[in-house]
Amino acid sequence: MQAPQTRPEPGTRSPAAGDSEVLLSVRHLRTHFFTREGAVPAVDDVTFTVRRGEILGIVGESGSGKSVTARSIMRLVPLPGRIVDGDVLFRDEDLAALSQGEMQRLRGAHMGMVLQEPMTSLNPVLTIGNQVGELFVYHPERTPQGFSVRGAVLDILNRVRIPDAARRLIEYPMHFSGGMRQRVSIAMATGCRPELIIADEPTTALDVTIQAQVLELLLELRNTLGVSVLFITHDLGVVAQICDSVAVMYAGKIVEYNDVESIFDRPRHPYTRALLRSLPQLGTRMARLPSIEGQPPDLGALPPGCAFAPRCPSVVDACRAQVPEPTPLGERGGYVRCFVADDELQADRAAATRSGGGGDGR
Amino acid sequence: MVASTRRGDAPPAVAPRRGDVILRIRGLKKHFQAHGIAALGRRRPPIRAVDGVSFDIHRGENFGLVGESGSGKTTIAKLVLRLDTPTEGEIRFEDADVHALSGRALNAFRKATHVVFQDPNSSLSPRMRVRDIVGEPLAVQGVRGKALADRVAEVLSLVGLNPQAAERYPHEFSGGQRQRIAVARAIVAEPQLIVLDEPVSALDVSIRAQILNLLRDLQDRLHLTYLTIAHDLAVVYQACDRIGVMYLGRLVELAPSEELYRDPAHPYAKILLSAIPKPDPKLRHAERLPLTGEIPSPAAPPPGCRFHPRCPIAVERCSVDEPEWRELRSGHWVACHLA
Repeated sequence: MQAPQTRPEPGTRSPAAGDSEVLLSVRHLRTHFFTREGAVPAVDDVTFTVRRGEILGIVGESGSGKSVTARSIMRLVPLPGRIVDGDVLFRDEDLAALSQGEMQRLRGAHMGMVLQEPMTSLNPVLTIGNQVGELFVYHPERTPQGFSVRGAVLDILNRVRIPDAARRLIEYPMHFSGGMRQRVSIAMATGCRPELIIADEPTTALDVTIQAQVLELLLELRNTLGVSVLFITHDLGVVAQICDSVAVMYAGKIVEYNDVESIFDRPRHPYTRALLRSLPQLGTRMARLPSIEGQPPDLGALPPGCAFAPRCPSVVDACRAQVPEPTPLGERGGYVRCFVADDELQADRAAATRSGGGGDGR
Repeated sequence: MVASTRRGDAPPAVAPRRGDVILRIRGLKKHFQAHGIAALGRRRPPIRAVDGVSFDIHRGENFGLVGESGSGKTTIAKLVLRLDTPTEGEIRFEDADVHALSGRALNAFRKATHVVFQDPNSSLSPRMRVRDIVGEPLAVQGVRGKALADRVAEVLSLVGLNPQAAERYPHEFSGGQRQRIAVARAIVAEPQLIVLDEPVSALDVSIRAQILNLLRDLQDRLHLTYLTIAHDLAVVYQACDRIGVMYLGRLVELAPSEELYRDPAHPYAKILLSAIPKPDPKLRHAERLPLTGEIPSPAAPPPGCRFHPRCPIAVERCSVDEPEWRELRSGHWVACHLA
């Protein structure tokens, strides 16, 4: 292995372009669920880094651990789940060391969360005004200077472009359409000008035209407030449109982590490749859609070795025996967990040395 | 064919599809009247969920209906399956008026049509074994014993499940396998027309292609006709031969899939196509047509063209005259003054 010694440990730097300061650093995070059948490793050795103003997409199927990763960062893992190992550093502060009270002051004020289904995440018996206003009641120190609570609420509702907000303060969530409800959720998540928004499938329940509006709003908030976003989704189209970096999760592990262009142009992990290929796309109608055969694994009974091995088209013996460790991708902190991709990388590197460097093609 | 000339009632072109017309829909309307507590004692205008829709489905094709929530596509599915009665208009299946059927003819219709719903977690009874879930459509037809068990085993292997699955319960299966069970149940009584209501949108991405391929295989092997309802245009584009685009209870465009993608005529169809996030970061700043506002209430649809308040190219006329449903090219229909 001729990797330069200056390479960072995989995942401890953000693979996205730019040089803003690091906001969130997750290292070797493990969150397990302790069930009667035994410990289920929902999140298993997850490492990534988010800088200020960066949008990181966490992609994966149900059960891949993407939502549990988000909840672990917020320290909102539901029982019987527990963080068993690893660090979450937010603004250089170790979140595990904070008391419940300190954590509560952080949530809402410095980290906002947007959930998938705005009908269930908003309280149906509170008016929009009261609901959004709670934010400033709990975090008075984050109320903008010279604003009353009502004024601050109106300000953020206007910012997410709820039309006629003043009149709608006394309305209930049921009076709002799906897209408008998600705008209210985003208003609540961003009201205290947090540094980080965790958005868990925020557009999955929305129609495509409304989804486009909500994505644009998130991008705009990033650009104007410099907020970082952890964007959890299963939709690779959405990832391509708004994320700077991408972590692809499978069975509790990040199998590939890189900047968005590399993920789409040169996917390394067979799972990432298969996922990209199997997307129903516009453009060419295919007689058969390329598909990934088999089923996602049962986390309680994972095979030894790579969890994707039973479905992997490039599987070799080593994959079934041993869990692949992260191999660095590029110079900026990206990595892939795959024995086969590793061979390819070496072949690439060898070819690059022979031809005298370059070779990335971009 | 007797072609009515009433507006909104004109028959779509006889597309060069595989077979003859199996399902004919003309001037279909479904209005819901609020009753009881929802009406709060007042007489409210009815919700015009489906408001004058006409199209044909040909034997052996996969016809797709797309549209946003509230556009009326699921209501059409329910009317086609005779799970609800239309306010106006006609649905003819194999040339018989579906909503006039009774007795033995109705039984035959029930056998000839089936449905696959979006979410197999809620569409399969958790307390029934797979053999009972899959066998039920045949059991109600009086099939019993070994004949039933054999047929269940046969369709389970057709959908790619082990026949041993028959003895198990739905919760023992993954989402994709559950949707296979739902498909097995839909084909067990050898129907001709299957309504697929968002057949893959509740499934994981890696499973979607499997189920879409399975549905296509079954269509070829069993000579099925599909009416696919989905909000994901990419899925409908891949799965369907022809696509109808709905907006606020009306069809605004109908064309073969390729043509709709390459050359959409209605501004709403164009916007819908451009709103799909392209899985390519290089197309990030591709021109996305803006769509402002939200879908208006189907209780008070705008006058003229229903899309005009949100249409980027609307002119005066659009707010007054309702556009005619006209054939732009052979097999390509649109309701727009400016197309």
